[in-house]
Amino acid sequence: MPSAPLLISQAFNGLALGTLLALVSSGLTIILGTLGVLNFAHGALFMLGAYAIFVAATKTGSFIGGVLVGTVFMLLIGVALERGLVRWFYGRPPEDQILVTFGAGIVLVEAVRAVFGGDSQHVSTPAWGGGVAQIGFLIYPLYRLELIGIIAALLLLFYIVLYRTSIGLVVRAGIEDARMVGILGINVRRTFLLVFAIGAAAAGVSGMLYAPIVSVDPDMGAEFLVQSFVVIVIGGLGSYPGAIVGGIIAGEIVSITSAFNSAYSDVMLYAVMALLLVLRPQGLFGSEGRV
Amino acid sequence: MSRIGSALLPEVALAVTLLIAPFLLPHIGGSFDLLQRVLDWGLLGLGFDLLFGATGLLSFGQAAFYGTGGFVAGYLLVNNFLASVWLALLIGTLVAGLFGLVVGWLAVRRIGIYFAMITLAFGQMSYFLENSPLSAYTGGENGLPGVPVPAIGAVRITPGLPMYWLLAAIFFVGFVIARRILHSPFGMVLRAIKENTYRVAVVGHSVPAYKLAVFVIAALYAGLAGGLLGVFQSYMPPDAFSLDTSGQLVVQTVIGGVGTLIGPTVGAAIWLWLRDNLQLVPGIGALWKLILGLIFVALVVALKRGIAGEIRYLFSSRRQRAAAVGVPEEFGAAALSPGSLVQLPMMAPLAFARPGAPALRAIEVAKHYGGLRAVDGVSFDVRTGSIHAVIGPNGAGKTTLFRTLKDEVSPTSGEVLLFGRRITGLGPTRTAQLGIGKSNQLNQLFLQLTVRENLRIAALARRRGRFRADLLRASGSLPAVERQVEAVIGTIGLAPRADVPAHVLPYGEKRRLEIGIALATGPNVLLLDEPLAGMSPAERIATRALIRQIAEGNDQSRTLLIVEHDMDAVFELAERITVLYEGRLLADGTPDEIQRDKAVQDAYLGGLHEHEPA
Repeated sequence: MPSAPLLISQAFNGLALGTLLALVSSGLTIILGTLGVLNFAHGALFMLGAYAIFVAATKTGSFIGGVLVGTVFMLLIGVALERGLVRWFYGRPPEDQILVTFGAGIVLVEAVRAVFGGDSQHVSTPAWGGGVAQIGFLIYPLYRLELIGIIAALLLLFYIVLYRTSIGLVVRAGIEDARMVGILGINVRRTFLLVFAIGAAAAGVSGMLYAPIVSVDPDMGAEFLVQSFVVIVIGGLGSYPGAIVGGIIAGEIVSITSAFNSAYSDVMLYAVMALLLVLRPQGLFGSEGRV
Repeated sequence: MSRIGSALLPEVALAVTLLIAPFLLPHIGGSFDLLQRVLDWGLLGLGFDLLFGATGLLSFGQAAFYGTGGFVAGYLLVNNFLASVWLALLIGTLVAGLFGLVVGWLAVRRIGIYFAMITLAFGQMSYFLENSPLSAYTGGENGLPGVPVPAIGAVRITPGLPMYWLLAAIFFVGFVIARRILHSPFGMVLRAIKENTYRVAVVGHSVPAYKLAVFVIAALYAGLAGGLLGVFQSYMPPDAFSLDTSGQLVVQTVIGGVGTLIGPTVGAAIWLWLRDNLQLVPGIGALWKLILGLIFVALVVALKRGIAGEIRYLFSSRRQRAAAVGVPEEFGAAALSPGSLVQLPMMAPLAFARPGAPALRAIEVAKHYGGLRAVDGVSFDVRTGSIHAVIGPNGAGKTTLFRTLKDEVSPTSGEVLLFGRRITGLGPTRTAQLGIGKSNQLNQLFLQLTVRENLRIAALARRRGRFRADLLRASGSLPAVERQVEAVIGTIGLAPRADVPAHVLPYGEKRRLEIGIALATGPNVLLLDEPLAGMSPAERIATRALIRQIAEGNDQSRTLLIVEHDMDAVFELAERITVLYEGRLLADGTPDEIQRDKAVQDAYLGGLHEHEPA
């Protein structure tokens, strides 16, 4: 049995990873819920965000400035992907949608590799995130702690946009029945574009915030793509609250398991997913009819 | 070219290619290593193409079975548990198949994005299992070095040309088997599942069983390919389990041609050739994968068939054009030959049938959708051998009632008896097997398949049962089925169209094919939901004659139940009429009784005759 401090420390790690997964997955899940497209390029967008901060932070000399510039860049990438590619696939079978976004992901990864090379890059922790924080007996890297707060704020912002604005109302109605929303005279096309761009930005911002903690390389997104699939299966396809709860559950599964035996941390994640698919395929927050 | 010759053309072409490749390819930048890798990927791809290309199941987890086959065989050999490489390959393949059975059992119940995600998740789970918890057996990140080569008698199959011949021989056999499977009755059902899963299930095939079977077959191919990977390079790498392996397989298959069997091999050749040769070119060396990615996206966007697919299309479209020549655009009524004495398919009287029991009996059947009572406690009998009509204004619940009679949807309460046996809750596949056929208001055809194949799928269902793994039999080789198909083709007047894909038929012929599919199952009770919908007046007359002919054939033992809005047809055909109104039974009687019924006149017939000059 691991010691209590280790468990608590791992629980914090789980929260940091979990909130990050929640942010990545919220982008994936609103795209899936509204557009009906499972975006296999989501991991590549995460990676692209990390590279965006790598470039922008160097150029602007400020991490926050870099995040702002990077977010605009990711929104534009989202717009370009939706207008140029994804929108042609709304009426096509899910297999085609998966294939084309999967292909788009390959192109993005390989384009980054062509420009920056395959070696990993380093993004330094912003000045305000250096050092460690001491909470009681627990010593914890300050940036990770701040990360939990920043992402929680972003998720709250996301929540307000989705649940407290008229745009959000259209998006949520679109998740229920996009055609009906169109019949009511609302420009669904523009909503779809907006949702895809926001979803892409969510992945990108996650990559930016995560970049100082890990090494940045072209293949870093794949792991997050698959983990965010796990998250939305746990939370329920297309459910925003599901993505947040599912993200934190997934993060805690990985971290707590590794406190006991790190060899099993990833295996456990997929085992839970498999179990859930058998016992409750609609996920925690999904409705039965959408399966 | 003779029929047999042209049927075996792919095998002959493949054999020739495999024979000359090792002498030709080294001159254009291909090594033995490359050839072996291409064939190994190709073998993996044969199974994947049966799964994705034929059946339409897009798996992102084939690496799980590839790795399993490879590491099981490698583990047994490296640790000297087995001396025979052949036996180790066999065990590795079987373990992969077993793993496929478990994963498939979970995966095939879901479709589309769920199927892709489940297979992907199991692929990742296997990868992490290999990497950490099982690393004592698998070598973890190091893999398993020192996998021995096989021997035939005292002759060891050494790397280089001998190893190539081994892989070529195995690939060839794998290809022949895969092609036999594709063209077997089993494969016919797989292709139909891709076209219209729902209709395959309602004519009586157990869709989950077929999906699971093809999933296991794909896993077996993957397991063998994985085992051979370790053998030919004397090393079993952990990447076999990686997501990249599954992804690369998908890309290679799309570039080479989905549904062509040889496509994944062609795609692998391109992928590996570019990797080996473009990498040497300064400036663009790092771009080879980007170029492939762009080609991949372009193929998906433009709905192109891939390389092997385009080649096959060029040949087949020429053949199809030739087949269509001389067929007039619309046969219409002229082709129907009412009164001809063809024996229509109908399976023998049902063993469970109770003598004297009505063919169908609905007892207090109700179907509620939330607060909406689409059908609300309806009871009536359908006498064996009769033509029985169900009428009622739009929204009366006729189509919902029909769906509950075949158990496509189970009623909220009440039950349905078929010849005295309760069938409620059995589901549409079992009710089809028990003898209920149904044609739908909206056509449910297999659009890319020919007219004959559409009917064959239906005819195979009750002849073969819900599931049969007759993998190596030719699909047109069951005489009873073929007789059944030919009888139906003639009866519905589509004989000149037998080899034309269903999607090119004009609407009226599609409607007749829809009825034909239901008839071809050889049903004892045939439900026709608005058989005349959308037909021209001439077609209506012909189709009425067709329905009469179906009813009168087989010594009038077949029972017909029809929903129809065309009152002239209903009163001409039906011996008994049930009237529904707002989900309830309004009247049930002979046509004369119904015509005289005051309630029916008020609620329905009067209103209709005022507004519709039908």
